[in-house]
Amino acid sequence: MTNSDRFSLSMRLLHWGMAALVISMLAAGLLMIKSLEPWQLTIMTIHKASGVLAFVLVAVRLINRLRHQLPALPNELSHWQTTVAKASHWLLYGLLFAMPVSGYLMQYFAGRPIEVFGWFRLPAALQVDIQNYALFRELHGWLAFALIGLIALHIGAALHHHFIRKDNVLKSML
Amino acid sequence: MKALYLVLLLAPAFGFSADAPPKVSAQQFVDLQQGNSAFPGFRRAHAKGICVSGEFRANGQLANYSRASLFKPGSTPFIGRLSIAGNNPTAPDLKAPVRSLALSFTSSRTEQWRLAMNTPPVMAVADPHTFYQQIQAIQAGPAAVKQFFATHPQSSEFLAWAAQYQPSGSFAAETYHSINAFYLVNANGQQQAVRWAMQPTVAVAATDLTDADALQQEITTRIAADQVVFDWVFTLADATDDENNSSKAWPAGRQQINAGQIVLNGSSAQLAGDCHAINFDPLVLPTGIKATADPILRARSAAYAESYRRRAKEQLQGALEGSNND
Ligand code: HEM
Ligand code: HEM
Repeated sequence: MTNSDRFSLSMRLLHWGMAALVISMLAAGLLMIKSLEPWQLTIMTIHKASGVLAFVLVAVRLINRLRHQLPALPNELSHWQTTVAKASHWLLYGLLFAMPVSGYLMQYFAGRPIEVFGWFRLPAALQVDIQNYALFRELHGWLAFALIGLIALHIGAALHHHFIRKDNVLKSML
Repeated sequence: MKALYLVLLLAPAFGFSADAPPKVSAQQFVDLQQGNSAFPGFRRAHAKGICVSGEFRANGQLANYSRASLFKPGSTPFIGRLSIAGNNPTAPDLKAPVRSLALSFTSSRTEQWRLAMNTPPVMAVADPHTFYQQIQAIQAGPAAVKQFFATHPQSSEFLAWAAQYQPSGSFAAETYHSINAFYLVNANGQQQAVRWAMQPTVAVAATDLTDADALQQEITTRIAADQVVFDWVFTLADATDDENNSSKAWPAGRQQINAGQIVLNGSSAQLAGDCHAINFDPLVLPTGIKATADPILRARSAAYAESYRRRAKEQLQGALEGSNND
């Protein structure tokens, strides 16, 4: 395989690292808001700190992407298919930013400082703003469902390329 | 013979699983607390309350035990809330079995502390799922409550407290307990399990008033006339005490430290004040205080968040507009 039909090593590492992180974040989020078990606090603390990490990673990833040449999409794809593919990728980036930002703002307005792996704390509002908390709390939930839907679509498309179209799209990220 | 062994072996297992209450979620818990008629925009528990403000005057006695900056000699302001247990924001003050004090300290943008305390020193049960059954029994009526306590010997300390408890005529004359234990962590990283109580400095006889807002009116008048003071007293566990069971008190005679005074000097109706917007989740902790593994304490965060989420959303949608909570 030549360089241009495969993503660079840094892009592949960031892609799979973040995939694992974001999927565990989604699972942790959905579990922890229901649970009354003693581990809830532990998972919640990890969720917030890893969410901050995810924000840093997606920023690094975006910068890295803008600096690299991407493998071209297969020529056989119609115009609308490439448009949807590209739009869905930008939407993914958008959601990957919006998730941690809404999570942080929800906690900010609720007056809850974020402990990041016992290393430092992110500031919270000095005065609680319940309306803004409500806004970002609901947004965090809705965006999470949008992200789950988009990830499902993304995985579906990758498998479709690999098994049905039998092209190079999935391999270019492996 | 083999079958007998099997039965003997499995019997305790079945016994335990029959005793273990079914697990409930935070949503189920809050559904039960709010009951059939939720009051939009209000807390699903301790719905009726009044905002207070004041300061903690630390004497420095606890500074060697915890890094939390508010224990250094000096004063830290707080927003507080005095409330009664129950889901109804207009319930009669004097009918409630439990009275409460909640505090929110904002030492800085990165160091905040929320405390929510009740009049009993212990819980009747030690885990949230059994607590759910206790609330179900309370909602079902006196016969169910009797049945519940008859089958839950762990409630004995709570019942002993309830039998001798005399409600006073003022929020100012009650003792408010952390119930759950926490760890103090000092600058050397040493950890000490503690419980605390806000102890009153006045005695007020039970009131013969019948007004639904008797306690709110009393405390408003009292604070307007003079500051209301509590001593913040910490009890230190020793190595033989269990910090993870909030239905059992530690033996009398444990070392106690008075960390300073909680001084109330302002009050306002809850919807007019700053306290309504706050989720007094006791797991919002500053550096120098840590949560124990107490299953009751650990269950509180998710339940408080669910109640807060519901009422915040309702408030955003305008549920409290025009409401003055009289
Ligand atoms: C990639 C980043 C993130 C993902 C994928 C994610 C995902 C989720 C999901 C799926 C939920 C459950 C939402 C629901 O069903 O309503 C949730 C809840 C939550 N998230 Fe995140 N999250 C992320 C980042 C963050 C960050 C950075 C913070 C805070 C600093 C945060 C704080 C929270 C909190 C506090 C809750 C629970 C709120 C409650 O109990 O009411 N999240 N998250
Ligand atoms: C599993 C155990 C418990 C559950 C599920 C629970 C649940 C709740 C909920 C849902 C709220 C309303 C939160 C809000 O909307 O802001 C609340 C408030 C409160 N709880 Fe608990 N609670 C538990 C144990 C305790 C204990 C042990 C104490 C006392 C030490 C306590 C004291 C309070 C107080 C004082 C408030 C009112 C705080 C305020 O003024 O806003 N709770 N509780």
